[in-house]
Amino acid sequence: MLKNRAYYRSQAIINVVMVLISMLFVLPLILLISSSLTDAEALKDGGYSLIPRSFSLAAYQSIFSNPQQIIDGYKTTIFVSVTAALAGTFVMCLTAYPLSRSYFPMKKVYNWFIFFPMLFSGGMIPSYIINTQYLNLDNTYWIYILPALCSTWNVIIIKTFFLGLPNEIFESAKIDGASELSIFFRFVLPLSKPVIATMALTTLLGKWNDWNTALLYIRDTELYSLQYLLQRILREAEFIKQMSYNTEINMGMIDVGSQQAAPEVIRYAMCIVAAGPALCIFPFFQKYFAKGLTVGSVKG
Amino acid sequence: MSSLTKSMKQSAPEKALRAKRGAQRKDIMLLTCMLLPSFIYYIVFHYLPMCGIVIAFKDYTYSGGMFGSDWNGFKNFEYFFTSTDAWVITRNTILYNLVAIVSTVTTNVAIALVLFEVSSRKALKYYQTTMLLPNFMSWVVVSYITYALFDYDYGVINHMFGTDINFYAEPVYWPFILSFVNVWKGIGMGSVMYYAALMGIDTELFEAAKIDGANKWQQIWHISIPSLKNIMAVLIIMGTGNIFRGDFGLFYQIPMDVGNLYSVTDVIDTYVYRGLSGGEYGSTAAVGLFQSVVGLFTIICANSVVKKISPESAMF
Repeated sequence: MLKNRAYYRSQAIINVVMVLISMLFVLPLILLISSSLTDAEALKDGGYSLIPRSFSLAAYQSIFSNPQQIIDGYKTTIFVSVTAALAGTFVMCLTAYPLSRSYFPMKKVYNWFIFFPMLFSGGMIPSYIINTQYLNLDNTYWIYILPALCSTWNVIIIKTFFLGLPNEIFESAKIDGASELSIFFRFVLPLSKPVIATMALTTLLGKWNDWNTALLYIRDTELYSLQYLLQRILREAEFIKQMSYNTEINMGMIDVGSQQAAPEVIRYAMCIVAAGPALCIFPFFQKYFAKGLTVGSVKG
Repeated sequence: MSSLTKSMKQSAPEKALRAKRGAQRKDIMLLTCMLLPSFIYYIVFHYLPMCGIVIAFKDYTYSGGMFGSDWNGFKNFEYFFTSTDAWVITRNTILYNLVAIVSTVTTNVAIALVLFEVSSRKALKYYQTTMLLPNFMSWVVVSYITYALFDYDYGVINHMFGTDINFYAEPVYWPFILSFVNVWKGIGMGSVMYYAALMGIDTELFEAAKIDGANKWQQIWHISIPSLKNIMAVLIIMGTGNIFRGDFGLFYQIPMDVGNLYSVTDVIDTYVYRGLSGGEYGSTAAVGLFQSVVGLFTIICANSVVKKISPESAMF
C-alpha cells in the first residue's frame, strides 16, 4: 500500500516534469500560429504573443490574394524532394547491395572509396566552383538533386540491413540460376521495404528543409525552395522595417482591401502556409525517422 | 567401359564448376555495374572538389579557373592566420562544440532516463512526439521562432518581462541562446537513441536490484547509466572529432547573419560562406582546407580512442 502510494507520487512528479518540458516544444509552435493571426493593432500593443488580444485573418488574405511565389516554392520543393528521395534511395540501394555480398572482391576498396569523403572534404569553395563553372548546375533543379544523391551514412545503414537478410534466399535463388540483378530486384528490394522507406523519408525531409542550396546557387525566384523563400521573407521584412525606421516613418502597413495587415504578421502567415502542412505530416512517420538512428552497430 | 564412366563422372562436376565460375564472373560484373552511378557521383561531387583544394594555394581568377590561375604559395594562409578573424572563429567553433557535446549528452541522457520511468504508453508517445517536432523543422522555421521571442519591438521576451533589450545588437546573450537552441533542436532524436539502449537492458537486473533493496536512484546509477556508457563515450568522442565543424544552419539562421554579433556567432563555416559570397575564393578556400585537415586529424584521433574503449563502435 505504502509502496503503491510512493509509486503514484513518483509517476505524478515525472509526468508533471515531462509535461512542462514538452511545453518547451509545443508553445513555440503555438507562438508561430498565433503570431500569424495577430491583428495589426494588437501587434503594436502587445507584440507577438501566445494569445493575441485580437485575431485577424488579414495576413492570410493578403498572401492568398497573391499566392504565386508560394505556389512556385511548393512546386520546386515537392518536385525536388520527391525526385531526390526516389532517385537517391535507388542509387543508395544499388551501392549497398554489392557491398553486402561476401564474395564481391572490390568490397573493401569501394567501402573506403565512399567512406573517405566523410572524413575529408574539399570544402564549400571548390564544390561551388565545380558546380557553377564546370558543371553549370547553378540556377537549375539539378543542383538540388545531384549533389545530395548518395549519402555514405545511409549506404552503410542500408548495407547493414541487407547483411541481416536470411542467407537461404540468396542460396536457393542462386541454385535456381537467378543472376545477382534479379535477386536484387525480386528478393532484396521487396524484403527491405522498412529500410527503404526510412531512407526515402529521411532524404525527403532533408530536401524539404533544404535552404542552403538555394542560398548558394539559385537566383531565379521561381526556382526558390520553400525554406529559402521563407528566409528571404524574414530578412527582407527586416530590411523594410529598418528603412522605415531610418525615415522616421512608423511601421509600414500594407493595404488589403478594407483590412490591414502588418508586414510582421504577413511574414508569420507565410511561415505557416509554407511550413505548416509538412510539420503536420512528418510526425506521423516518426517511427521511420527514429529507426534510421537505432539501426545501431553500423560499420564502415 | 569402367574408364569411360570414370571420365564422365569426373567431367560432370568439372563442367558444373566451370559453369559456376562463369556465372560468378558474370555476377561480379553485374555487381560492379551496380556501383557505377554512385562511382560517378563520388568522383564528380566529392573527389573532384578534393582536387579543387589547389585553389587554396592560388590567386584565383574567374578566367583562369581552378587549374589555370597562378600559384601564390602560402599567401592565402598567411592572410587568414595573421587576421584577428582566425582566432575569433576558431575559438567560437571549438567552444560552441565543447558546450554542445556536454549539454547534448547530459540533457539527452537525462530525458531518456526520465522517459524510461514513465509508465503510461500514451503519455510516453506524447512526450516523444512533441520533443521530435523541432527535428522536422528547418533552421529557417526555428529562426522565425527565435525572432518572435527576441525581436526588439515585438518580441515575446521584451513584452512579457517589460525589458528593453535589443537582442540582435548585443552579443552577450547569444552564446546562451545558440547553445540552448542547439540542444532544443536535437533532444528528441538524441534521447530516442539512449532510450532504445535502456529498453535493451535485461529487466531481471532491475528486479534483482529491487530485491537487494536498491532504491530508484541506486538502480539508475548502477544499472541504467553504466549501460549507456558506451554510446555516451562514442558520441562524446565523435563530437570531439567534429570539433572543427560548426553547424552552418544554427550559426547562420538563428542570429540572422547580423554583423554586430559576429564576435560570438561567427564560426568557420559561416566565415567560409561569407568569403564565398564576397568572391574571395582563394583565402576562404585556404580556411576551408585548414578546417578539413585539422578535422581529419581530430577524427582519426577520436576514432582510435573509440577503438580502445569499444572496438565494435569504431567507425573504421
